[in-house]
Amino acid sequence: MELLLQQVMAGLANGAIYACMALAVVMIFQAIDHLNFAQGEMAMFSTFIAWQLIAWGAPYWVAFAAAVVISFIAGVLIDRVLFRPVQKAPILSQLVAFIALFSILNSSAGQIWDYTIKTFPTPFGHTPLLGSLVDTHEAGMIGVTLLLLALLYAFFRGTRLGLAMRAAAANPESARLVGIRIGWMTALGWGMAAAIGSVAGMLIAPVVFLEPNMMIGVLLYGFAGAVLGGLSSPAGAVLGGFAVGVLENLAGTFIPYVGRELKLTLALIMIVIVLMFRPSGLFGRSVVSRV
Amino acid sequence: MTTTIPEDDAAIGTAAVPVQRAVRMRPGARHLIVAALVAVAFVIPFFAKSFVTFQLTEVLIYGLAILGLNLLTGFNGQFSLGHSAFYGIGAYTAAILIHNYEISYLWTIPAAGGVCFVIGFLFGLPALRLQNLYLALATFALATAMPQILKFHALEGWTGGVQGLVVDQPDAPDFLSMIDSDQWLYYFTLIIVLAMFACAASLIRSRTGRAIMAIRDNPIAAAAMGINNSLYKTLTFGVSALYTGVAGALGALAIGFVAPDSFTIFLSISLLVGLVIGGVGSIPGCLVGGLFVLYVPNIANALSTGLAGAIYGVILLIVIFVMPAGAAGFVRLAVARMSRWRRASPEGR
Repeated sequence: MELLLQQVMAGLANGAIYACMALAVVMIFQAIDHLNFAQGEMAMFSTFIAWQLIAWGAPYWVAFAAAVVISFIAGVLIDRVLFRPVQKAPILSQLVAFIALFSILNSSAGQIWDYTIKTFPTPFGHTPLLGSLVDTHEAGMIGVTLLLLALLYAFFRGTRLGLAMRAAAANPESARLVGIRIGWMTALGWGMAAAIGSVAGMLIAPVVFLEPNMMIGVLLYGFAGAVLGGLSSPAGAVLGGFAVGVLENLAGTFIPYVGRELKLTLALIMIVIVLMFRPSGLFGRSVVSRV
Repeated sequence: MTTTIPEDDAAIGTAAVPVQRAVRMRPGARHLIVAALVAVAFVIPFFAKSFVTFQLTEVLIYGLAILGLNLLTGFNGQFSLGHSAFYGIGAYTAAILIHNYEISYLWTIPAAGGVCFVIGFLFGLPALRLQNLYLALATFALATAMPQILKFHALEGWTGGVQGLVVDQPDAPDFLSMIDSDQWLYYFTLIIVLAMFACAASLIRSRTGRAIMAIRDNPIAAAAMGINNSLYKTLTFGVSALYTGVAGALGALAIGFVAPDSFTIFLSISLLVGLVIGGVGSIPGCLVGGLFVLYVPNIANALSTGLAGAIYGVILLIVIFVMPAGAAGFVRLAVARMSRWRRASPEGR
């Protein structure tokens, strides 16, 4: 029982990482209807920018805020410059554009900051809480993720801009007819996703250590969590991220013989099984379309 | 009139793979071009260095693997990020048969094809329930799982674990003693690839091919016309896996060893990039895709070792901006423009 609780808490701590990533993935999915393969690399790049600012002497929260703002602007720019021209292209071509972005960001980060592992500071410290089940940083991660979720909920449900973004994603033609600038809504969505991604990166870096390839594993789990929870539901994505973290840990500990080596495989199999029974994810809305 | 609300997977429906018709040319022209290219392909090894022959062998192999992916994604509309798994299964089948059971390399090709067909078919069954994005994730899961399964300690007796298996390269048969093993491998690969490309072209032109494409373009209309969607979709999955599996087996023979980390998700992504660059839904485009996948990373590396990935990404972006529909789409556009120009000039414009 003690072991189960421990593994669940450890899973939740890992899950907070995946949940953060899943939130960013769903954010951009709501804006552009595609999964952004370069999301992890964008988050990684933002974290490096924050690290550089700290290395130049800025205090942590200044660097944090600056990285978030820079990421937002960069997200908007990437949308305007890179994705506007390929908007009319088939989806597979757009996918290749994402892959290109991934490659560019990963390689540039490696060239500018090289591949040695760096430590990234955390504002929460590492003191153990609840009798060494979690430490303060992990609790901080969970807290920040939930706070982000609440802020996003308030934004989308309570503000005109949020409503406009939802309208632009749900029905672009009608939204255009009522005067909403679709192009800028998409760019805003990109900017927000980049900003959320940067927060995720800066939370994850103290745990997995900062290096250009740190996000590749996390991104897969983030996708899995987002899809599990349902791509149309940010809360679902966060829950999905936590679920993936817990599932993976429990699979690793309790399934004999195969557990440790095939952790990732088992987690993914479980997600695929869930998808077979609920094709839109646990909390996703199934779309009814007229043909 | 169709009204779809773009949420989740509804937007990534049939727009994912646009309908493409073959380039229109004079009837004999197409056959002449193909014959000329095949003739050139047969003659090249006598003029090229051994390493170039080896690279061309790899281009053919990648082209075949991309053709497998094309059959599934380009012609049937089922998105797959998992073809590195089938490539790996084909390669390991060949390697295990040669290494552990001392079977001649000639038999490994059909064996790899058969094994991959069965596995592809079996994977296609649950795939029927998943659409687009979710199918992408399921295949992504398959591709990520494959290296882990290959390294799994219980299977080490067969797969050689993390170190993989060494495959002896086949020698030329005795009656062809004037060519060396690299050239023999090239001809062996060329013959198999040509045969399989011809089969794929003939499949697409047949009733079955039309059914497969109908399922891609409008599954409901296809079902209404009496096409058994489930059967065709799972069979296409199987055939697609077969093609990529045979490519994997040829790859194992060409490179000489197999290791789990050669078959990661990045191979799947490379195949996808090759598919798009060559042209989705175009059979000759697969070879262009193969050329791209083999040579462009090398070019990027040669330009700058540190920023190789960035240069690769930039080249990729430029190609996508200039040719959004891939090389095949570009050729189609060029031919259409030229014939319009030729038709317009007699009017004195």
